[in-house]
Formats: sequence, structure tokens, C-alpha cells
Amino acid sequence: MKQSIQWQIAEVKAIKQETLTVKTFTLTIPVWVQHRAGQHYDVRLTAPDGYQAQRSYSIASEPERTGEIDLTVERLDDGEVSPYLHDVLVPGDRIELRGPLGGYFVWDTTLGGPLLLIAGGSGIVPLMAMVRHRVAQRSDIPTRLLYSVRTPEDVIYAKELSGLSEQHTRLDVIYTFTRQAPPNWRGYARRIDEMMLREVLQSLESKPRIYICGPTALVEVAANTLAGIGIDAESIRTERFGPTGGR
Amino acid sequence: MSELDESMDMNTQMMLDGNALAGKLQTIFGVEMTATSSICAQCGGTSMMGELRAFTQSPGIVLRCPACESVMLRLVQTPQATLLDARGVMYLKIPAY
Amino acid sequence: MSEQFVSRKFQGRRASAETQHRLPPGQHAVTDFPVLSAGLTPQVTQNDWRLTIEGLVQEPITWRWEEFLQLPRQEFVVDIHCVTSWSKFDTRWRGVSIDTLLEQVTLDPRARYVTAYSYGGYTTNLPVAELINGQAFVACEYDGKPLPREHGGLARLVVPHLYFWKSAKWLRGLRFMESDQRGFWESLGYHNHGDPWKDERYSSDY
Repeated sequence: MKQSIQWQIAEVKAIKQETLTVKTFTLTIPVWVQHRAGQHYDVRLTAPDGYQAQRSYSIASEPERTGEIDLTVERLDDGEVSPYLHDVLVPGDRIELRGPLGGYFVWDTTLGGPLLLIAGGSGIVPLMAMVRHRVAQRSDIPTRLLYSVRTPEDVIYAKELSGLSEQHTRLDVIYTFTRQAPPNWRGYARRIDEMMLREVLQSLESKPRIYICGPTALVEVAANTLAGIGIDAESIRTERFGPTGGR
Repeated sequence: MSELDESMDMNTQMMLDGNALAGKLQTIFGVEMTATSSICAQCGGTSMMGELRAFTQSPGIVLRCPACESVMLRLVQTPQATLLDARGVMYLKIPAY
Repeated sequence: MSEQFVSRKFQGRRASAETQHRLPPGQHAVTDFPVLSAGLTPQVTQNDWRLTIEGLVQEPITWRWEEFLQLPRQEFVVDIHCVTSWSKFDTRWRGVSIDTLLEQVTLDPRARYVTAYSYGGYTTNLPVAELINGQAFVACEYDGKPLPREHGGLARLVVPHLYFWKSAKWLRGLRFMESDQRGFWESLGYHNHGDPWKDERYSSDY
């Protein structure tokens, strides 16, 4: 779309602690443009001496929520921007950003499904925007979310996801815990692999649209494995987040 | 196409994709570019720009073909200008909006 | 024109007082070792690895890995400066001095420039005068251990007095030439020479 993206100053409306290391920032955007699920904003910090640091953060909120957006951000110890957002920002603070950005890693209900969403760690964020959009549209496009996290404490949006999968029969959430599973866990407890992907694909009626987002290593393994089992590359869209936080 | 090293070193882990350049590309081209098709001048393969492998931890940004790894685009930001080398792209197919 | 918005309480990076004098203009000191690359890590095996000196030399020479390991090695402790603004002090390497390598060839008097080229396709250029007389070496160890692949192993060029983009990782060869040929970054906006003490980051030719 022809659209000029200018830097603008947003205001922090609210901050929510999602997990120990993850926060959601609700921001009021002066020139709000309806985004598409999967898009992101670029956030820029400027020091008094002119030094700048910039990062991209996926929009967590659904496009149907007007005038404001949620950015869910994981705090990386060696990060330049995330520690500032986590440690300094309070409601009322202002922050410079531009967007919404991206046209490749996007989904909306008009594109149809079924939908297979594969998330690793904070890669859940843009996929959650897709889930929330689906819910806001009252769509019942079959949607399966495979969410890989280290431990149960690392699950972002845990309550919301369990509520949604209970309410909606055609929305499943499948977890895999790679470091420590909950007690009495009977589900997946390992890194995503071929067997897991085959099983997850199994009961999806027809060729799904697939979105994979998370640390680069996870995205590479998942995408390559799917290609290896014959999934059409055109049905897969990927977004790499770089190295996993907390090595 | 080379196989990724199983241990996935830091360099590979830090690799991103064209999605990370959405803002920069839109600023340069004036339109959203990550859903634009690009044809690799080396292997002729078609990828959307959002799929190009991005190396951003560098003096400049390098976008590589996901199929053959050759350099498709290079971007350097100097104080004066943005320099864009697109010799590795046979062409871009930018939709009429 | 509107004023740039400044983020409340964002400081960016600051240099400590003790090391100020060791920092070239616009640099800040780091203690980690950032990984920067223009492409995926080449996976050259010791078996396939070669280092070649060619171009304007009387006779080109190629070392295999075992042969390279036989060459006299030294320890080098140097400060390194990356154009992306980080500097790292007292980095410890082991490797072969370029002077040692050049004892094995006879340089043509017309050879005034060098192109260093790497596995993976990277290139960088510098004058011969900046490569010799103890100014550069080929490193195969960093901090007492074999040079990690992500930092340029099996072997890389190290030219500490210039910006670190000139210290080509995954070194494959040195080509001696009569005329200068701009390398990967020098051909897209970066300074042809790259002296950090003169802040020679970008080229004024563009």
C-alpha cells in the first residue's frame, strides 16, 4: 500500500507484566493507522547526545482495537532497547515509533485457512495478533497454535490462550516445553522436530496456511523440516527474531 | 544450498529476514516491500523480500537469496546518504497499488 | 524543521575515564566480542582449507592446514576497533605474522596493493605498506583457544591499526596487485583506508 511511514511520538497508556521477563506496553498512537495482524512497529530511542538505538517489535493487539496498540516485549539482558522499555518506561512516558510495517508476514480472515501457527518464545507475539483478530472477527477458521517455550513460566498470554481454546472448538493450542514441563505433563516436552510437525499437521483438514515466528534457530528447523516432509514452500511464511534471549 | 551447521553458531542465530528491513525498505522505495517478489540474479529463484536472509550485524545490511545464498542487496547508511547495491537482483516485481 | 525527540533517561553508551585515551573518536569500549558478518559462517574443513598468496609475486604459494600450523606462530595482544563503534582492548591472539608468510614469496616491485579474500566471498583491500612490518597477522587462535568459526575460524586476517572490517574473517588468500581494488564494504560507502584514529569510516567519494 502506498503509505508514508513517519516517526511519531506515542504515549504509554498502560504496562502489563506478562511473565518475569516479558511486558506488554499499551501505546496511544496519535496518527493511528489500522494494522494487519503480523505487522510490527519500529521503536527508536534517542539520547541527549544524539545517539540512537532502534528495534522492531511485533504488534500484539488485534487491528479491530482502534487508536492504540499493544507491543509485547521480552527484556534481553544484553539488549539496548528492551531494558530501557522495561526498566525506565512508566505510563505517561512518550516514545518514538513508526509503523505499522510489513506486508509479507501478515494474515487476516479474508485469506482463509486452516491456519497453523508455530511460535517459539516471544515469536508468539505476532501470531497472537492473528489469533485475537480471528476472535474479533468471530471467525471459525480452524486454527492450530504450536507454541514452544522453555518452561511453563515462560508462556506469554497463558490465561488468555487457555480461555480461548476452551471457548472455541476450532482453535487448539499445543504446547511443547523444551527445558521443563509442568508436573504430570503428558504433552510434548522437546524441541520441535519432524514427528511433532507431522502429528500437528495430521488432523488439519486441508492444506493450511503456515506462519512460523521465533528465534532464528527454531524458524530454520521448523521451516526446513516442513519443506522436507513435502509442505509447499508457498504456504509457509516466516519471521526470524534473531538469537534466543537467555542463552 | 548449504546445510546449516547443526550447532547453529551465533552468526547463524543472529541472521534475520527481510521483515526486519520493512521500515528501511519502505522509506527507500516509498511502498511496502516485504511482500514484493525479487528474482535472484545468480540462480533465478523467486523470493519475497520478507524471505531474504538478512545480515544486519555488519557495517551494512546484506540481503541474501534463501535458495543460493548469494548477495542480492547491500545497504549502507552513511551520514550523507543511503547506498543501495541491487546488482544481485535481476528484478523486483512491485505490484501496482 | 522539528526538533528530534529525546527519550527520557536514555543514556546510550558512555566510556569510562581510564580507557578514554585508548578509544579512537566515536568509539565505546566493550567487554564481550560482538559477532558481525555479511553472510553465513563458511564451513570449510581442515582438509579443504587452503591459504594462498598470489598475484604480483614471483611464484604463488598455497599452504594446507597442516603446513600452515608448522609456520612459526606468535602471540599478539592488540586493541581492535569496529566501524560500528565498538572497541575491544587487549584482545589476545596467536597466529602467523604476514612478514613470516611473505618470507616464502618474492614480491614483484609493482605490487603496491593487496586484496584479502575469504571463504564466502568477502573481500577487503589495503596498501602493501600497511600489511607488512609487523602490522598484520593471520590468526588461528583467540584468547588461548582455536579461533571460533563465528569469529573467522579456521584462520582470519587481523590488521588492528585499521577498522576491523579490514580484518577479513575466513581468510582464503592474499592477492598482490598493482592497482587498488575496493573490497566489499569499500565499494559501498566505506572509507578506502579506514584509520580509526582519523575517524575514516565513510568515503567522501560518494
